[in-house]
Amino acid sequence: MIRSDVLRDIAPVIRDHLVVCNIGLPSQELHLLDDQPTNFYMLGTMGLSSSIGLGLALAQNKKVISIDGDGSVLTNFGTLPTIANNVADNYILLIIDNGSYGSTGDQPTYAGKKTSLAAVASACGCETVIECQASETREVLEKALASDKMTIIVCKCESGNIKVPVITMDPVVIRDRFMKAVKA
Amino acid sequence: MSIHTKIVDDLVANDISFVTTVPCKQLAGVIDEIEARPEIFHIPANKEDEGMGLCAGAFMGGKRPAIIMQNTAIGVTINTLATLTQFYRMPLPMLISYRGELREPVACQVEMAVHTKALLNQLNIPTYHFHRESDANELDAILKYTFMCNKPVAILTDASFWGGYGDQ
Repeated sequence: MIRSDVLRDIAPVIRDHLVVCNIGLPSQELHLLDDQPTNFYMLGTMGLSSSIGLGLALAQNKKVISIDGDGSVLTNFGTLPTIANNVADNYILLIIDNGSYGSTGDQPTYAGKKTSLAAVASACGCETVIECQASETREVLEKALASDKMTIIVCKCESGNIKVPVITMDPVVIRDRFMKAVKA
Repeated sequence: MSIHTKIVDDLVANDISFVTTVPCKQLAGVIDEIEARPEIFHIPANKEDEGMGLCAGAFMGGKRPAIIMQNTAIGVTINTLATLTQFYRMPLPMLISYRGELREPVACQVEMAVHTKALLNQLNIPTYHFHRESDANELDAILKYTFMCNKPVAILTDASFWGGYGDQ
């Protein structure tokens, strides 16, 4: 399974929750597969999906799922201690770890080599960290949502992309639509 | 009333309830005051762009955020300011210690000080420079302005504003 397969699989599970989606292909794929007002698409700013999601979870009570990538977490490694030390039980960080920088041509990341993001998250103090295979992601995510515990999920999947159009929606429209969904 | 108390009073009066900080010696008193206030959720960040991400999320969650950081952070956060805060039109008051100005003892701080206003100007970020303690009387109006126009706004606070640079 590649990232778009995982997104297709989890779309019915995340549809009813607030989703902050990582820059580039992940946002484009989610937008194509299941556009929802509860989706916040990042059009730029690599690395900050987990931080935006944590800020959102700490500011209100609805459940928030940040969809991130291994390359983006490596870019913003400081996010993991911040998450660990500011527990929001309405927050799930889903790291889709395909061991590559997918949006830029599948260059390998260190997470696909010696570095274990699950081990790093645990070492940073995150209390519930689950590493799973791509095919298990939906079930793991459903359990995490039901548990009401802040959870970091590292989903190991294959590298690869599908052809998707860029998102042409204006960023202010994305943000306004999302904020209305947050308040609804 | 101490200047730290006055600054944090203005934040609270403007309903700012989510503050992220990356420390600076000059900002230590304000950060202590923020930590002590029950009205404010204080979340230290490891890097300033991370802090701006936290603030963006908190804003979309219905809270008014602010970031407190050093001017060296302008070098770190240009991409985030342009592609997140400005692109999505989000308000963000940035209380910034302006290191490398008069009374600065550390030469390297001057290297970013000379770029600070030029970079903020290049980004079209409204910028205010507090040099005397009485300049802080404008903080309330600056915060109202920030949330009126939905922009990042910089408040540079230099060593003279803080009453010198400790025992240097």
